[in-house]
Amino acid sequence: MTILQILWFCIIGLLFAIFVFLEGFDFGVGMATRLIAKDQDEQIAIQSSIGPHWDGNETWLVTAGGAMFASIPLWYASLFSAYYYLLMLVLVALIVRGVSFEFTKHAETKSGKNFWLWLFFLGSALAPFFLVMMLTSMIQGIPLNANGDATGLGFFDVVNWLSVVGGIAGVCLSLVHGLNFLRLRMEGSLADRARNMNKVLYPILFVGEVLFALLVIFQTDFFTNKLVSSLIITILIVLFSLLGYYGVLKDRAGWSFVGSGLSLSAVIVLIFNGMFPRVMISTIKGNDILLKNASNSEYTLKVMTIVACILVPIVLIYFIWSYTLFTKKINPKDNTVKY
Amino acid sequence: MYGLGLTIVGLARFQFAMTTVFHFFFVPFSIGMGFVVAIMETIYAVKKDEVYRTMAKFWGKIFLLSFAVGIVTGIIQEFQFGMNWSEYSRFMGDVFGAPLAIEALLAFFIESVFIGIWMFTWDRFKPGWHAVMIWMTSIGTMLSAIWILAANSFMQHPTGFTIAVMGGRTRIKLTSFGDVVANPQLWRVFPHLIIAAIMTAGVVIAGMSAYGLLRKKKGENHFFKTSLRYGLWVGLVGALLTIVAGDFQTQQMLKDQPMKFAATEGIYKTTKDPAPWTVIETIDAKGHKASHQVEIPKVLSLLTYHKTTGSVKGMNEINKELNNEYGNKKFGTQMGSELDFYPPAKTLFWSFRIMTAIAFIILIFDFLGLLFSRKNKDTIENKRWLLHCLGIGIWVPFIGNSAGWFVTEFGRYPWIVYGLFTISQAVSPSSTVGSLLFSNILYFLLFAFLGGVMVWYSRQTLHQGPYFEEKDSKQNVNPFAKEAFGK
Repeated sequence: MTILQILWFCIIGLLFAIFVFLEGFDFGVGMATRLIAKDQDEQIAIQSSIGPHWDGNETWLVTAGGAMFASIPLWYASLFSAYYYLLMLVLVALIVRGVSFEFTKHAETKSGKNFWLWLFFLGSALAPFFLVMMLTSMIQGIPLNANGDATGLGFFDVVNWLSVVGGIAGVCLSLVHGLNFLRLRMEGSLADRARNMNKVLYPILFVGEVLFALLVIFQTDFFTNKLVSSLIITILIVLFSLLGYYGVLKDRAGWSFVGSGLSLSAVIVLIFNGMFPRVMISTIKGNDILLKNASNSEYTLKVMTIVACILVPIVLIYFIWSYTLFTKKINPKDNTVKY
Repeated sequence: MYGLGLTIVGLARFQFAMTTVFHFFFVPFSIGMGFVVAIMETIYAVKKDEVYRTMAKFWGKIFLLSFAVGIVTGIIQEFQFGMNWSEYSRFMGDVFGAPLAIEALLAFFIESVFIGIWMFTWDRFKPGWHAVMIWMTSIGTMLSAIWILAANSFMQHPTGFTIAVMGGRTRIKLTSFGDVVANPQLWRVFPHLIIAAIMTAGVVIAGMSAYGLLRKKKGENHFFKTSLRYGLWVGLVGALLTIVAGDFQTQQMLKDQPMKFAATEGIYKTTKDPAPWTVIETIDAKGHKASHQVEIPKVLSLLTYHKTTGSVKGMNEINKELNNEYGNKKFGTQMGSELDFYPPAKTLFWSFRIMTAIAFIILIFDFLGLLFSRKNKDTIENKRWLLHCLGIGIWVPFIGNSAGWFVTEFGRYPWIVYGLFTISQAVSPSSTVGSLLFSNILYFLLFAFLGGVMVWYSRQTLHQGPYFEEKDSKQNVNPFAKEAFGK
């Protein structure tokens, strides 16, 4: 294994970690439209809070996928071909919520808008569920043959205790994160409702996190192979969530937002840490896909490293700048947000 | 293998073709619209003529609709290589992944971030600064085209690589990233595609404006007349330059992929010197022969070599050459006992003709439109037939774009990477007919629905007219409230 291979494994992890931090609250905001809004004006106001950002946030996923292809293509090929149905459902969910932003404002009637808002809600809830299912199924290992194909993939390889609990926990954490975001962006009663809902959700989330941790201990080899690091990261996930809960109780939305976002990112770190130096785990002995065999040539990795070193800082500058433009709190009644 | 049989390869190909064609309805249109809207807003920023602000805003709405469907149909593509073409991804990863990742980092971030800013800052930014946002978006869309074409051009004409064993598996190994970016194929396709994209936007704007004029709504005449002229000019110049750029690209095709070129002209037997140009013919693809040609003497030599002499090689001869080059070495087993390098000639022949004819049709109608709407003799409103033709013409460039893409992609048959890897080698071994059928149906229904909705909402936006939203903001009514829609 070379330095560049390890570097790119970390970069992909970082890209996914940034993605879940950002798109996590997008998903949560989408779910919040059906949970804390009282009428359609409020639902649309909630949707518009991520209007300028959601596309940029989703680009982190596209970049992560592209980076996987560009640096560890054997991982890209095996993972995505194995989880054909699950990934397809993720994509469909992302598609319907993606168009809903534009289509909601073009729908003329109340029921027309309601239709797209429902798709927005469903896409926002199902995308993280299926995505986390995919990742939590992956870490348990699937029957990969010597070529790296999951030709014998069974239903229970994909749908099992860990993946379902993981999926639900992922949805719950995204929702909590989205509500924390709304506390920052909305004015008045909507922000209060978001906080009140999180007062209820956090205790449920803690149960989910403990259950998830127990299942990871029993269903994966993370804690047998890497006891110390896995333990530290798991504790961090819980600590970040506690930070978020603290922010809810003390009415500090900023702390809550950082806390819930970092818990999401820490889940990705846990997964990548546990996988290393494998990129895919096979239940058939000797068929694990190893980073050292799965990556691209040193030359390509070098080219990509140079490209990333130049482009990522530039992207971050205008990406962060775009967030600083939209800090005025949104009032659903006096809606100054215009398309 | 090629046909409607429910084979894994056939279904995977169909899905890729179907999803990319859908995606490619919206991509050129969005690229073109972004560019023309950016110019409209720049004119407004410079001349402070309100009608250009209204134009940028109104056509911007259509742009945003197209852009929305464009990105969501594009997100599938990023993952589809892994899902359906895993062997391809493994073989090609060293070369193919880099342009995709760079596309995301360089282009997708620019377009997604700046379009978000642009949409929401009409009232907050000064006109010039606001125009910069749409220019950034437009540049982003064009950069994206460069990188995806860089990836595609490698498949058409591989450069800067070697075949090596990596991690215990035979794969393509990149030796020169510069060569991949400097691929002559790329720089010959890019101008053709970008100009055709801008032409598409011009034709749609002209067509929708023609419908707008036909509706004769009060106070909208000036807006739609200005838009019509603008669209006609863009369409006319665009069509002309697309043809020139297409010729430029064909020269490269002739050099790198003579088989594709022969198929687009439906030539089986090498032509006489000088070569006649076949306008139409009937093709017997199985029997490898063509008949009933309607020919114009010498013209093909003129089109091909830009002089009155020179013959063009036929598919039969090229097939022999390809057999000698690749037949027994690499592809003897994969392609069956009977080595066949013939691309689907009928599809190529007719796609090429449809594409070319469409460029000329646009040229003629946009010229007529400009002729009848010129400043001192503006009679276009009385020429209702012409306005109707321009309106129906909205659909025409989309057919042309798809036909052009067909020529490029079908013409590569039987290879997925020219000379290196066949389509049937590339498909995912874990794919099943069932899973592919399921995804084909799901994606088709979803995309047809979204495409239909996009067209419907564009039509509705046209009917609401350019002054629809302005009215709302002046009355200071919540634009999302039910009352604001007056119904």
